[in-house]
Amino acid sequence: MDLSNDLIHDYYQMNRIRCVEETIAIKYSEQEMRCPVHLSIGQEATAVGVISNLTEDDKIYSTHRCHAHYLAKGGDLNAMISEIHGKAGGCCGGRGGSMHLFDEKAGIIASLPIVASVIPLAVGSALSFKLKKNKKIAVVFFGDGAVEEGVFHESANFAKVHNLPVLFVCENNHYSVYTELNQRQPNDDLTRLAKAYNIQSIRCNGNDIAKVKSAGKKATQYIRAQQGPFFMQLDTFRQREHCGPNIDDELGYRTEDLINSGFLNDPVILEKNKLIKKGILDDKLVQKINKEIKIEIEKAFELAKNDSFPSLISADHYIYEN
Amino acid sequence: MKTSKKISMSDAICEATFQSMEQDNTIFVIGEGVTDPKKIFGTTYGLIEKFGSERVIEAPIAENGLMGFCIGSALSGMRPLLIHQRVEFALLSMEQIINNAAKIHYVSNGKHNVPVIVRLIIGRGWGQGPAHSQSLEPLFSYIPGLRVVMPAFANDAKGMLMTALTENTPTIFIEHRWCHFVTGEVEENPDKIFIDGPKVISSGSDITIVATSYMLYEAMLASDIANLFNISVEVIDLRVLKPLKLDKVLRSVSKTKRLICVDTGFKEYGIGAEISAIVSETQFNKLLKPVVRIGLPNRPTPSSRHLAADYYPTGETIIKQIGNLMDLDSIRINEMIKELNFKKPDAKSDVPNSLFKGPF
Repeated sequence: MDLSNDLIHDYYQMNRIRCVEETIAIKYSEQEMRCPVHLSIGQEATAVGVISNLTEDDKIYSTHRCHAHYLAKGGDLNAMISEIHGKAGGCCGGRGGSMHLFDEKAGIIASLPIVASVIPLAVGSALSFKLKKNKKIAVVFFGDGAVEEGVFHESANFAKVHNLPVLFVCENNHYSVYTELNQRQPNDDLTRLAKAYNIQSIRCNGNDIAKVKSAGKKATQYIRAQQGPFFMQLDTFRQREHCGPNIDDELGYRTEDLINSGFLNDPVILEKNKLIKKGILDDKLVQKINKEIKIEIEKAFELAKNDSFPSLISADHYIYEN
Repeated sequence: MKTSKKISMSDAICEATFQSMEQDNTIFVIGEGVTDPKKIFGTTYGLIEKFGSERVIEAPIAENGLMGFCIGSALSGMRPLLIHQRVEFALLSMEQIINNAAKIHYVSNGKHNVPVIVRLIIGRGWGQGPAHSQSLEPLFSYIPGLRVVMPAFANDAKGMLMTALTENTPTIFIEHRWCHFVTGEVEENPDKIFIDGPKVISSGSDITIVATSYMLYEAMLASDIANLFNISVEVIDLRVLKPLKLDKVLRSVSKTKRLICVDTGFKEYGIGAEISAIVSETQFNKLLKPVVRIGLPNRPTPSSRHLAADYYPTGETIIKQIGNLMDLDSIRINEMIKELNFKKPDAKSDVPNSLFKGPF
């Protein structure tokens, strides 16, 4: 497929992530993927919009909700699906599961499940880039809960003091599991935390790929000009439950307004409609894209299904070097 | 020809860092106070002048962050050496140490390495009290994936630090502040010292004593006294607490049939408890006497030197246990203690030596 058109490319990426995760959700009840999954459905634009500004040499870090970042940065789909199945061909050989996706070749250094735990690692990578005087940048994705952890503040402070090439990307989906932001923070402007450390920041609608992309461009250009760290707040909406394949709004923890506007502002559908309206995309092309993606995903699940489990003896390997 | 000179352990650690940084420009030092006038008890002396502020990084007070910065930079090809002036500061780094430093090599199926060294210093004495003098090595030794070492000698400290800085294993390097003062012959350019487990310091046939860090000196002192009374003690320096390799200890116990474990931490759930358990599991039939553990009592460390006076076990504590294990009567044991007091007359529990005038 010709993806030389950036707009089609980005739509394709978002749509691919969506289809992968919807397939995971559908197949989850088969009980072959026996590990927690934190789906990014509804949050695809933040991943694709930011990462489309990165080079192959740039590195990213992610969290428990890492599928979208992993795929957007070029992580191996087969290794991801195998990993979630706990199989030997998984990106961690089945040792990490859905919350530990990484792909060194693609520049995904680590995804870590403890909230904010990954943030200082990205700062450390940025420190090494500065010491080695290369032009790489480190990007770390985290949620709105992470800015409440002390280590976020330790990381922001250090990154600014040493002017490190690191991009902090805060995906604000307004909820830490079931607890709303307004119960945890004085207001929903999280860029005030960046300002406290003299870090440049930008806030935008994280469900609008064009806006995320242009904010990401500004951020990465700023960092590449060696002006130090940058903070992005991308407001978005998690369509599914915190952990698991389902929609859980019957629990009543989110307001009708938020739910309605969240689903109305679905980033993949918005972008598709926009591109169709602009004449860049048509139904035929959409069908072609979907078919191609479907084949790729079916193959990944087939490979994972037929992949062997890691040998029991291998569980003792790599506790220490050698 | 190998040249060596008599220097303190703190100077040996400084030398190890300096030489390693000369040899490998991916090594950097980071920590609170690494460039300050006191230079972490003299162990970072001369580094900032030689290597500059990019490789000798004065840190904000952010221990968990610092640990994470080190892990991230290690994942991107650096070899960070993080220094905390007190063991307790690392309690704020524990999330990063346990969840990330110890596990990333394993979770990544061997693809990632985390060559991070964390130097921690155990304070003792001069009233440092409950939160500045703890020996918390069992906390770290509990975690698979970490390497925990406690050097007792200057030469070993230099050698182990230099080796650790060339290897890829996340290492908790624990120094007892009182060991910093102890001098010994230290090779200028040592051959690679392997971080491979315990070392027999003196061989003997009646009792095995396994000791860590500063308590090794008390054990050696007790052993010297015991020898005067025709009791032959085999003293073993544990050196490497994790991964724990006890082959030498087990061989020794099968010979002496008696074991005393002495370490700088709490007796309950301590290093001695683990060694004792393994010896019981594997040498039960060979033991003539139950294993003896010597460690700190089950209470926080008080600041007052009066309250702390009987807090720390000494050579005398060890001698009493040697006497018990050898079925000596109290008269004989008291003679041994008298001999000890003659040899080390001015021992105080709150200063490392008579020249020390405080504070730390």
